[in-house]
Amino acid sequence: MIKRVIVLLFLLGLGLLFIAFMQGYTPDSELNLTGRYYAEHTAQDIGATNIVTAIIVTYRGLDTIGEVTVLFLTAAIVGMLLSRGNRKGKSLQRELPQSGELLTTGSYLLVPLILLLGAYVFINGHLTPGGGFQGGAIVASAILLMLLTDPLRHFSHQLIAIVESISGLLFVIIGVLGLFYAGGFLDNRILPTGELGSLFSAGAIPVIYSLIGLKVGAEFSSMLVNLSETEDS
Amino acid sequence: MNEMLMPAVTLLFAVAMIGAAFVAIQVKQISIAMLAAGLVSLLASVLFLFFAAPDVAMTEAAIGSGLTTFLFFFVLGRVRGGQRD
Repeated sequence: MIKRVIVLLFLLGLGLLFIAFMQGYTPDSELNLTGRYYAEHTAQDIGATNIVTAIIVTYRGLDTIGEVTVLFLTAAIVGMLLSRGNRKGKSLQRELPQSGELLTTGSYLLVPLILLLGAYVFINGHLTPGGGFQGGAIVASAILLMLLTDPLRHFSHQLIAIVESISGLLFVIIGVLGLFYAGGFLDNRILPTGELGSLFSAGAIPVIYSLIGLKVGAEFSSMLVNLSETEDS
Repeated sequence: MNEMLMPAVTLLFAVAMIGAAFVAIQVKQISIAMLAAGLVSLLASVLFLFFAAPDVAMTEAAIGSGLTTFLFFFVLGRVRGGQRD
């Protein structure tokens, strides 16, 4: 009883705090200093129409390397923990119920389309909303659909690991190339920025974001495949 | 969208989100709670779209409501398998 009262009091206090914040809130009429710099300089310096992508890949590229590393660690830990169980043991020989006609046929139609959408999202990251992380997640959801259709389907761990490590390595190498041929680490101007709004523009951003997309997709896929393979252990 | 309609729709989505969150906490069956948690993410991604943040909306829809929900189901299947033995 006393616990409940304390929880209610806590929630009430939190609500009052938020109401106090609401009352003192006035929307900014203009961008702040950093925001204005990004908004004004992205088009001419970076050559990307999507300012968010320019910030993520170039201005704050180091943070993106950190994010990708965190995701890699997560995937590695999931794989490590699950590899202790008996993978592909005798329990997996058990008859699984047939996945329905609707799911099977639907996945034949949808998996290529979803993969294409994922590739589109990360290749066009500098032009339209989205990018490597979103595209990678979409690619992984295609893998998820394949796993749902046929839980016993075997995915090559070797291939996933190779795609993951090569794209991660190339990402860092492109970043280091920026040190020598452009303004600094992960500077995108090692390639010509090109015409604003065309596919081959914004320097190295499409390349870097495609690599991030492949890396993120491979990491999520490896997590899903690991979980699926040990599901019935 | 209409000037008057926009805040109303936003408020509706926010209330639905809070409702789904309550369902996720309160309901007894775990699978329904997971679906409700996925619904919270889905509504959040629509709200992000309303607030002119399509990049965040895409991330939320793909990872929050798509992959996370299924990850929960995979783990649930694994945990149940352990209990049966």
